[in-house]
Parts: sequence; structure tokens; C-alpha cells
Amino acid sequence: MQRESSRLIDLGFRFSAIILALLFTTLVLLVAGAPPIEAFRHIILGSVGSVGKISDVLVAWVPLLLATAGLLVTFSAGLWNIGIEGQITLGAIFTTGALRALQASSLPPAASIAVAVLAGAVGGALWALLAGALKTYGGVNEIFGGLGLDFVATALTLWLIFGPWKRPGVGSMSGTEPFDVTLWLPLFPGLRLSPWALVIGLGGIVVVYLLLQGTYFGLKLKAVGRNHRAAFLSGIPTSRYMMLSFLICGSLAGLAGAVQVTAVYHRLIPSISSGYGWLGLLVSMLVNFQVVPAAFVAFFFAALNIGSIQLPIVLKLDSTLSGVLQGSLVLFVLAMEGARRRLVRLREG
Amino acid sequence: MDLAAIIIGLAGVMATAAPVIFATVGETLSERSGVINLSVNGTIILSAMTSFAVAVSTESLFLGFVAGMIVGALVALIVAFTSLTLHQSQVAVGFVLTLTTASLAYFLGNPIMGLSGPRVRSLPLPLLSEIPILGPLFFQHTPLVYLSYLLIAGAWFWIFKTRPGLMLQGVGERPAAAFARGGNVRRLRYFYTILGGALVGLAGPTYSLGVKAGWKGTISGLDGIGWIALALTIFGGWDPLRAALGAYLFALLQWLGLVLQPSLPGIPSQVLQVAPFPLMILTLLLVTIGNADWVSRTLAGLPEDARRLVTRGLRSLYVSPPAGLGTPFEKE
Repeated sequence: MQRESSRLIDLGFRFSAIILALLFTTLVLLVAGAPPIEAFRHIILGSVGSVGKISDVLVAWVPLLLATAGLLVTFSAGLWNIGIEGQITLGAIFTTGALRALQASSLPPAASIAVAVLAGAVGGALWALLAGALKTYGGVNEIFGGLGLDFVATALTLWLIFGPWKRPGVGSMSGTEPFDVTLWLPLFPGLRLSPWALVIGLGGIVVVYLLLQGTYFGLKLKAVGRNHRAAFLSGIPTSRYMMLSFLICGSLAGLAGAVQVTAVYHRLIPSISSGYGWLGLLVSMLVNFQVVPAAFVAFFFAALNIGSIQLPIVLKLDSTLSGVLQGSLVLFVLAMEGARRRLVRLREG
Repeated sequence: MDLAAIIIGLAGVMATAAPVIFATVGETLSERSGVINLSVNGTIILSAMTSFAVAVSTESLFLGFVAGMIVGALVALIVAFTSLTLHQSQVAVGFVLTLTTASLAYFLGNPIMGLSGPRVRSLPLPLLSEIPILGPLFFQHTPLVYLSYLLIAGAWFWIFKTRPGLMLQGVGERPAAAFARGGNVRRLRYFYTILGGALVGLAGPTYSLGVKAGWKGTISGLDGIGWIALALTIFGGWDPLRAALGAYLFALLQWLGLVLQPSLPGIPSQVLQVAPFPLMILTLLLVTIGNADWVSRTLAGLPEDARRLVTRGLRSLYVSPPAGLGTPFEKE
């Protein structure tokens, strides 16, 4: 009985957090002088209004899902892998590099793509290990080490696009020369979605689910995250576990970058990571680091991103409204969770 | 390049460092009291947009600056309330806020993009600005740059030389002891977090109504500055003087990037513009590597003289955060 009622209270707090976030976003729309209902309607229609739109949402869902899956692993170890944006970018760079090297070879296209996707995972993993090494062996907080590496990754991308990999003639912000259609991951007919990308994305989240829920490794990793010192004293090699969690997260982030290149843009562009790393951090926080809900929330966030593309087209508003809604949602959920705990403490104490 | 051009360039460095100093000193005060405000990057962007909008619509520079500081204080209030009163993770809340405030700025700032607005004029100080070399370097600036000088000295004096400053250090280092000495830990943390936030909010208009006048949305060039300010807070070892030194170093690197561009044709200009960011953050490695176990283990194996030398070198760079940083305090 007691349990039942506390569960209801829990749900009530979560629900009110969602209402508050919607109210806040409505207020922001009113301040901007825009019709709120109309704006929400366009976001919904723009994300799930047709098969084409839903497939576009899934195109955004895959890299977000991969980034989130990776972050759940580093969060389990108690680490804030803010370097994930750079890890996605490095994945994209390695994939582009591999495709460039292989496009002239006699390798069948399918094999070239497979090698390039794996190269992406390696690129992301290397970048993550660098952040991990700075943290474990250099004492640099992973937030700042990761951010530094994000900036380096951006600089590297720009250098490649304007330098060695520039388009014939002059380099431009539109990116490198697009690859031949044979080097694209095959798409569903008439859609922008690749079934292979979906397989990679779902594979990533399933692997992370099994890893965290069903293995000793996952259990020990959580022990490191919960209480670093106790884990160390009980004989878990904490540094190695932290490095492994970076390795796994970086590989998944690298795969996200590889998907962006092979299935979405077919070239390297300056903002290839599209902010999916940041968004993955928000998703992870919103679901309190649970794997299964993360997949659904990632879909919801991807839908908001795709739906809000309609705003500049139809209502002359900026599409960053999705960021306002996503951010305020996480903020209110965190705040309401704090308020709920405070209430529980007051009742008990 | 002749001397006059170098002086003009270095004077520019003093001016571009001013907003970074506001943000860094603000964050230093907040973290000294034990609260990490990770929202700096977004706060600067939102306060830059808001103050520009207010200054354009009211035609008052003063109101613009006030608006920027209010924005900074409000965001800091959210950080303080969710962490100090609701006991949520400071890092989580700050990170969410840094993204949300930036989105909010780009969304609400859309209609005022590219408008022309007022700009703070420079005010050469009488007599001082006449001094050769030093005058043009330090004393022919906007009042904001003079304010940045005062803030560095004032914050340093406040933290290390006054009684309330001692209490501030205590609240951050040993909150329980500060409480036993009659300090209201929570109230002081609220106070310094909001004050620090207001200073971060001052950085925004210093850009949008000063050194990078106007609002240009995502290409305003403000994204990243807040992260630099957070890194400089650590680099500075939570000491305003050393942090300001870092801010000048960062501004100098940015200027060098511009100056060196023509002589380095192999490197695209986009790369040189972002180069100072990773450089600044990787300097953190230098000041924190002394924490790592393997360093002390390696040092133990060195011959006596060499070890003493390296240890002294590392220790002069080494910084350690306030012991109570990021941890909640509950009076029993």
C-alpha cells in the first residue's frame, strides 16, 4: 500500500515536470510572438506526420541512440564523457579516410563500407582513450579533457576539409567531395533511411543492455561508478575499468560518426556530429541512466529535432526551440526529483 | 610589423580578455564557496543576446548591461536552488542549463540578428593615457576594461585579505568548520553563486555591446568562451590573479592566431581560430598532473637532486580545488 502510493507520487512528479516544461516552452513561444499551438502542431506533423517524416526521425534516432548507449556505459563508471562530440567526429573522419583510401581499390563496395564503418569505431575509441588517459593518468577532469579534445576534433575536421581533403578547386564549408553512390549504405526505397544503419543502432543499444544488466563486467563497472574507493579496495582494477568504459563508449560514438558519413551525408562536413553527443547526455540524464527508457526518449528527442525543422520554414522561427524544450524537460525532471525526495524526507523525518 | 602595430595588437588583447576575466572571476567566487556553475558557456551567450536586445530597444547601454547581469544571476539562482535546496547534481544541472540557455538565446535572438546597436565608447584616462607605450596599452580603453582591472585586484583582496573572504574560503574548504564558526553555509553559497553568476552575465554584454558588438546568432563567435572561463578557473588555482593571467594568455593566443595567419599559408584560418581552445584546456594537464599516482611513483625512482627539482617545478604549477567543491552540506 505504502509502496503503491509512493509510486503514484513519483509518477505525479514526473508528469508535472513534463507539464512545466511544456508551459515554459509555450511561454518562450509567446515571448517570441509566435502562436504556440500552431508551433507544436507543426513539430508533431513534421516528425510523425507521414512515413517519410518518421523515417527521417529514425535517421536522427540511430546516431543519437548509439551516442546514448555509449554514454550509459561511461555514466555507469561515474564518468562524464563530454568528449563524446569529438569521438563522433573522429569516427566520421576515420570512416571518410578509409573510404577515400578504398574507393580506388578493387575491393567490392560492400567490403569497403564494412571496413570504413569499423575504422570509424576505431577512430572514436582512440579519441575516447585519449580522454580516458588524460583522466586516469594525467589527473585532468574528464569534462575539460573531453572538451579540449572536442575542440581539437573540430579543428581537425576543418583542416581536412580546407586542406588535404578539399574539393577539387577550392575547399568550402559544404564539406568534402561526396562519395560515389556505390559507397553509400543502401537505403529503403524512396526513403532517406538505411536498414543497415538501423541494425547498427539497435545492435549498439542491445549490446550495452546485455553488458550492463547481464555481466560481471557491468556489475563491477557500476561498483566503480557508485563508490570508486570501495571498488578499488575490493580488488577491482578501477583505472582499467574506467579506460574500458571509455573504449566502449568511444567505439559506439565512432559508429555514430561512421553512420553519419556512410548513410546520411556521404561526405565529411564541418558539423558532422550534429550535436548528437550533447543530446545523448541529456537523454541519459532524463532517464536516470536506464537503458530501455533511453531508447524511447532518444526517439522522442530525435522527433523533436526533426519536427522543429518545420519552424523556420513555416513560422519563420529558429529551430533551436527543440533544444529549449529538451533542456527544460531535463531541468524540470531533475528539479521535481529533488522536490520529491525533499517531500519524502519531510514526511519521514 | 612595427612597434605601433604591436602596441595596438596588445591593447586589443587587454580588451578581448576583459569579458573572459569577468566570467572567470565570477566562476572563481562561486567555486570558492563550493558551488560549480557549469552553465557559464550558455549564460554568456544568453546574456549577450538579452543585453543586446534590451540596449537596442531602450537605446540605453546601461540597461543592457543590467539585463545581462540579471540573466546571469537568474541562471546561477537556478543552479543554487536545484543543488543547494533540492540536492541535485551541480554538474548535471549546470550542463543542462548551458545547453538550454544557448538554445534559448538562438531562438529568441532570431528576430534581432544583424541589427545595428549601441556600443560602449572608449574613455582614455587623463594623464595615464599620455604615458608612452603603457598609456595606449592599458589606459585608452572602454570603462569595462578598467573595471576588469579593478575586479581582478578587488576579488583577490576580498578572498585573501578580508574577514568575509576568509569565511568564503572556509565555506568552500571546510563547510562544517565554517558553520561551527557561525557562518551560514547555505546562505553564503547562495550569495556567492548568484554574485558569480551576475559577473558571468556581465561578460555577455561586454561582447555584444563592446568587443564583438551586435548579435549574429550561432556565428556570434561566443560559443566556447564559457568553457575556457571554466578551464581558466582551474588553471588559475581558484586565485583571481593567476586566473586573469590565464585570460590574458588566452587572448594573446587568439591574437597571435590572427597575426600569424598570413605567414602560415598551409594552415586554414578556421584552424588557427580554434587553436587556442584546445591549447588552453590542455594546459590543465600541466597544473593537474601532480595529482596522478604514477607521477609520484616515477618521481620516487629518480635520484635525489632530480626528484627535488621536478617536484618543486610541479608544485609551483600544481593547483587543488576547494575541498568542499561540489559536495552538499547539511547541518546536523
